[in-house]
Amino acid sequence: MSVLVVLEQNAGKWNRMSFEALAAGKTIADALGVPLTAAVIGAAVDSLAKEAAGYPVAKVIAVQHELLTHYTPDGYTSALEQLVKTGKTEAVVFPHTYQVRDYAPKLATRFAQAFVSDVVDIKPENGKASFIRQLFQGKLNAAVEAKGEPQFVSVQAGAFRSLEATGAAATVETFVPQLDASKIRSKPEEPFREAQRSVDLSAAELIVSVGRGIKEKDNLHVVEELAEALGAELAASRPICDNGWLPMERQVGSSGQTVSPKVYFAIGISGAIQHLVGMKGSKMVVAINKDENAPIFETADYGIVGDLFEVVPALVEAVKKAKA
Amino acid sequence: MKIIVSVKQVPARDSALKVNSDGKWLDESDLTFEMNEPDAYALEEALQLREKLGGEVVVLCAGPERVTQTIREALAKGADRAIHVEVSADGGLDALATAQILAKALEGEAPDLILTGLQSEDLGYGQTGVVLAELLGFAHATIVMEVEPLDATVRVKRELEDGWFQNVVLPLPAVLTIQSGIKKLRYATLMGIKKAKTKEVRTIPAASTTPAAQIDKVYLPQRSKQSQILTGDPKEVAKQLVEKLKFEARVI
Repeated sequence: MSVLVVLEQNAGKWNRMSFEALAAGKTIADALGVPLTAAVIGAAVDSLAKEAAGYPVAKVIAVQHELLTHYTPDGYTSALEQLVKTGKTEAVVFPHTYQVRDYAPKLATRFAQAFVSDVVDIKPENGKASFIRQLFQGKLNAAVEAKGEPQFVSVQAGAFRSLEATGAAATVETFVPQLDASKIRSKPEEPFREAQRSVDLSAAELIVSVGRGIKEKDNLHVVEELAEALGAELAASRPICDNGWLPMERQVGSSGQTVSPKVYFAIGISGAIQHLVGMKGSKMVVAINKDENAPIFETADYGIVGDLFEVVPALVEAVKKAKA
Repeated sequence: MKIIVSVKQVPARDSALKVNSDGKWLDESDLTFEMNEPDAYALEEALQLREKLGGEVVVLCAGPERVTQTIREALAKGADRAIHVEVSADGGLDALATAQILAKALEGEAPDLILTGLQSEDLGYGQTGVVLAELLGFAHATIVMEVEPLDATVRVKRELEDGWFQNVVLPLPAVLTIQSGIKKLRYATLMGIKKAKTKEVRTIPAASTTPAAQIDKVYLPQRSKQSQILTGDPKEVAKQLVEKLKFEARVI
């Protein structure tokens, strides 16, 4: 009996969210009184496995096979299916990464189990784990109960504080799954980045960021004037860049840039988690939104519930006056 | 090429959400509904593929009577026909149960491609496409930005994290979950709306499933951080905010 946490590595480097997942796994393992096991997957992951053994886990399993050199959903699913079936596993915990989103639902389906994805909290309730998930981009929370075992869970970025290495040395085991090249259907090519970014928002001290609330491209001048008055960089949430209203390089969030300015103005941005992960490091967050339940107010230091088309021009005037 | 597009109907984006009396889902009585936005992009991709390659686009949608409006919208935009799986209330159905219902409804269809949005805007599991692929024995790719069908395969551009992308080649049939925003969405034309009325909508009952997960409680999140809400008319709040910028953040 154990709780298994699947750590994520890419070309020999950890995805840091792995250690947040490890913390979530520990929460479940401690509540159930069972040991915590970590798994690392790849072609040759001995040194990573050894490093993982320095964390407070009972055991680390290096899941190794040359067909796991590059990630494929078929390869990873089959390898983990075999691993999970070797012992009695109460729960399998993942970081909620793009890669996990690609294969963990498939893995859970092999066990006819639900995959409770993107959880923000785990609470023991009547001897069972109650998983807290966000609905409607964070406007509501839901307590979800998964039936049967093993339970498959992924945890949202930033929801758990990463477990720290203790310098202990847990046992490292190697697991070599049976994989057949003909059963791996997708053929991945080399990952690539598109054109180099010419705008580096990560160094900006002030950022005025705009979201769907701006409604139309022709309204952008409203926020541009604020950025100009403040001497701030202009940025945006994903839908604005998808629409081509601002270039992709000005996008903040999980698929864009990560920023940490002194002040981040979120204007007409509801605050979906994909955006929040890109700006959580800001020293001060100011949110202007007409919906008082918008999740952005959760992250904001100062909030203004109101019409941005009235508030922002007033703010431009006040900033100009203060600077004069 | 035969393409199935799986779409979901969800509460409209700016809806005021109220929890229902049993505390396990929303009170739907005052809600308006719309097509899940990521699914609208999957539909657009399917229509553009058909325009290039010919074939058929079939809309698949599970839900109560109200979803016929979303089905009509998809037909008006150009889908050829639709399958409506009658589910009394799709509220909290987990992704496995939903995919089981959809997989059963596709028996006898033999599509080349199944497209769906990368996630729903209500439950946000982001799994239905992947689970459906597994149940049907199809290959899959998620968070797809571009679709290029080759002979018996399809080459897709996937989005990875942090500005990275990757091309992947998959054998057909395959399930692709489509990233939002990759193409411009079309509007239904008057002609399209008129034509939609004559298009086939096959209504079938949902297969019975056992939920693999259940929602015990839905509630408003507690604010963990005390954000200070500035109040007053726009001029007053602007003045208060400038004070904070000047004396607290020291950026003015």
